[in-house]
Amino acid sequence: MVKKLLWQLGPLVALFVIMLLFTIADSILGEGYFMSARNLRVISSSAALIAVPAFGMTLIIISGGIDLSAGTALTLSGTALALSLKAGDPIMNAFMLMLLTGCLCGLANGVMISATKVVPFIVTLGTMTIFLGIGQIISGESTVYAPKENIPDWLSLCYTGSNNEKYLIPKIPTSVLLAIMLGVGVATMMRYTVFGRNVFAIGSSESTARLCGINVPGTVIAVYTIAGFFVAIGGLLYFADVKNGNPSDGTGKELEIIAAVVLGGGSLSGGRGSIFGTMIGALIITAIRSGCSQLSIPNTYTHIIIGCIIIIAVIVDQLRHGSPEWFFRMFRNQNTA
Amino acid sequence: MMSNNENAGISAAQAENSSNTPPYRPPVDAALLSGCLLTMNSICKSFGPTRALNSVSLSVQSGEVLALIGENGAGKSTLLKVLSGAHRADAGTMSIDNKPYRPRGPQDARAAGVAMIYQELNLAPDLSVEDNLLLGHSNVGAGFLFRSRQREQVQEALNMVGLNSLSPTAIVGEQSVATQQLLEISRALISKANIILFDEPTSSLPQKDVHRLFEIIDRLKRQGMGLVYISHFLEEVRAVADSYSVLRDGENVGDGRIDDVNDDQIVSMMVGRDVNDLFPSVPHEPGEPWVSIDRLQGDSVPSEISLDLRRGEIFGISGLVGAGRTELLRTMFGLDHITGGQIQIDNSRVRHSVRSKMRAGFGMLSEDRKQEGLAQDLSLIENTTLGNLDKYTTFGLINLRARSRVAQELMEQVEVKSHSGHQRVSELSGGNQQKVAIARILHQDAEILLMDEPTKGIDVGTKAEIYRLMGTLAAQGKTVVFVSSYLPELLAVCDRVGVMSRGQMRAIRDAEQWTEDEVMATAMALEESPVINPQV
Repeated sequence: MVKKLLWQLGPLVALFVIMLLFTIADSILGEGYFMSARNLRVISSSAALIAVPAFGMTLIIISGGIDLSAGTALTLSGTALALSLKAGDPIMNAFMLMLLTGCLCGLANGVMISATKVVPFIVTLGTMTIFLGIGQIISGESTVYAPKENIPDWLSLCYTGSNNEKYLIPKIPTSVLLAIMLGVGVATMMRYTVFGRNVFAIGSSESTARLCGINVPGTVIAVYTIAGFFVAIGGLLYFADVKNGNPSDGTGKELEIIAAVVLGGGSLSGGRGSIFGTMIGALIITAIRSGCSQLSIPNTYTHIIIGCIIIIAVIVDQLRHGSPEWFFRMFRNQNTA
Repeated sequence: MMSNNENAGISAAQAENSSNTPPYRPPVDAALLSGCLLTMNSICKSFGPTRALNSVSLSVQSGEVLALIGENGAGKSTLLKVLSGAHRADAGTMSIDNKPYRPRGPQDARAAGVAMIYQELNLAPDLSVEDNLLLGHSNVGAGFLFRSRQREQVQEALNMVGLNSLSPTAIVGEQSVATQQLLEISRALISKANIILFDEPTSSLPQKDVHRLFEIIDRLKRQGMGLVYISHFLEEVRAVADSYSVLRDGENVGDGRIDDVNDDQIVSMMVGRDVNDLFPSVPHEPGEPWVSIDRLQGDSVPSEISLDLRRGEIFGISGLVGAGRTELLRTMFGLDHITGGQIQIDNSRVRHSVRSKMRAGFGMLSEDRKQEGLAQDLSLIENTTLGNLDKYTTFGLINLRARSRVAQELMEQVEVKSHSGHQRVSELSGGNQQKVAIARILHQDAEILLMDEPTKGIDVGTKAEIYRLMGTLAAQGKTVVFVSSYLPELLAVCDRVGVMSRGQMRAIRDAEQWTEDEVMATAMALEESPVINPQV
């Protein structure tokens, strides 16, 4: 039981070790800025930017799917928000438009996957470029700048910067607050609602779910639509950060989002994953990025380090499920020899 | 024999084992004298704290079929895996043709002429027959295949299993299960195997193909090969084997010529106690008809089946594989599409969807326990309560404690052996998994239990428990529909038995009025033969 708990905290332990390593390295080689309150705020608020859309991705991955269109759907929602603000719409209208855009993107994915039975990878690979194209059409193929006076204060407070006195609650970035609130909500939903348990069941074995009378197509559509909602909130945070809407910014973000889920223990074969793990996964990515920049490690190397960490995380995750077999056989033979 | 014990590690381990000598030891020396093809001597194998094999020995002579018998978890499959190189023994020796045999992996086993035919098919469905047969032992030169040279080899191997007319370029996935099973055997033949291990080869075969398989086994035997055959079906063992060896809890408990023992003796060796009653029955009295199936028509099968089910009865359905038995259950449960017909319960029509059927009291146990019956990655509790979580929900939130309490109670009721309710289902044995699947239908408060091959791949002891449970459910006034390919259990357990053929219900009679021969004759009935009108 204790062992099981330890494994579940695995990603947290990894985060702790990574933070520790960077703190030590930074105090020796750098300026000791890594562990400062200011930098921790930067790390956590940029982690929130990944974590929020990754909550939706966690649902999708638990259900046995994948969403490659999350990145472009995110900036499409952000662009819709920017356009609406530029046109001088009331903030509530702009906000609703953004949420609607995100949810519609998710709904489109979900309906297509359920109705056509084409694998999610292919469907979302298609919608990924479709969303990018739509974004470029509505933005007129250029970055959409919303005039500063049209951006309400609370929205600029969502940004991932570090001006801590302007936060809703001093010293805690608003985006982090938002991410934690959404995270607790969706984690509760996954654990304590029939819908949440059905998502796990579908990811673990779709035919079993059907045998138990679970509405599989309906649940899948709901999963992708909810994911679209989180993508839209992610678009809001991104807009708050850069203050403009550029539909092509999102390309590649989906991989970061998927990586956060996988680092947090999500299994791409479905049935496994946790919201808490995803939060930690997002923190691991941003901690490495921040640490590397403190140590003046070039961006190119940071990519390589993050890539290695992802692969190591999955290997460790497999080890706890007894795979690969040759590895364990090696140990057994040493014992008997 | 001792000359094989060069390895210091092995003899040390053996010395350690000699302290707890098993009560029974087969006569290995006698076997050695007569030029044994294969001997396994004092094989031990542990997985962590679990001792899967404790000093197990067996021998096979050339031209002999040895039946390896035992309940699930007795260690049969582990023993074969040690033999085929998939597992390595902790202690013990093996020899083939009196030469020491120590496989370090499946490749070594293949090189030594040992081939294994698994219960599940291991063919690449998208590749051709030829490619599948040559997989792994292609005659390669600089990485290229020399197809022409190998064509003859392939054809020869196909001829040996009676697949003369099958084209080597046909795609494997398009062949029937029986053909694929035979392809597995020809793959073993092409690798020049002279020891072939069969792990429950007939569990997915229709009856007529079973006979064909037996003919082929007989032919291989006469060519001087040694064969080891695992099966749960004693009739099958009698038909195919010359000698037997019984394992229980990873130990030898008996062996000899198959003709020298009767079924009861074998069964009592397997379960370690006298089994007075293989088919325990619980007294129950079938009541009034209440479920009425009216001309139910699926996409192809079932075709226009009408049937009335009574309260408190066990209704058996027999028929060959492909007769539409599974499809009948699936359409009854709303899983498969229908083109006509309807189901009424107490004279009110039930809509055709799984949800409506479940609400009306239907529950279904899938024949495919691994893929469909259970979500293997989820816990026992999760699997038991799946699909009926609403009863623990207040304001949309599930009361996890109440759920786990009810699930644990159900698990005790059906006597699942597990460490905890949070254990994954995939870690349980087949019999225990089946009990979890049954616990789920009980949890759904089903009144009409559709059970598709509930005893498939399950040991004798657990089978008896499942029969008893069926009787108990019937005594509670529930209706059990029991589909099975195993006639003795069907005729012993059911109140009425219906026989299907080509999607139609050919005849329904009280179980006592059937003989096995009549059931088989009806099941194989041709299309023209008159359909006996089913009536309650």
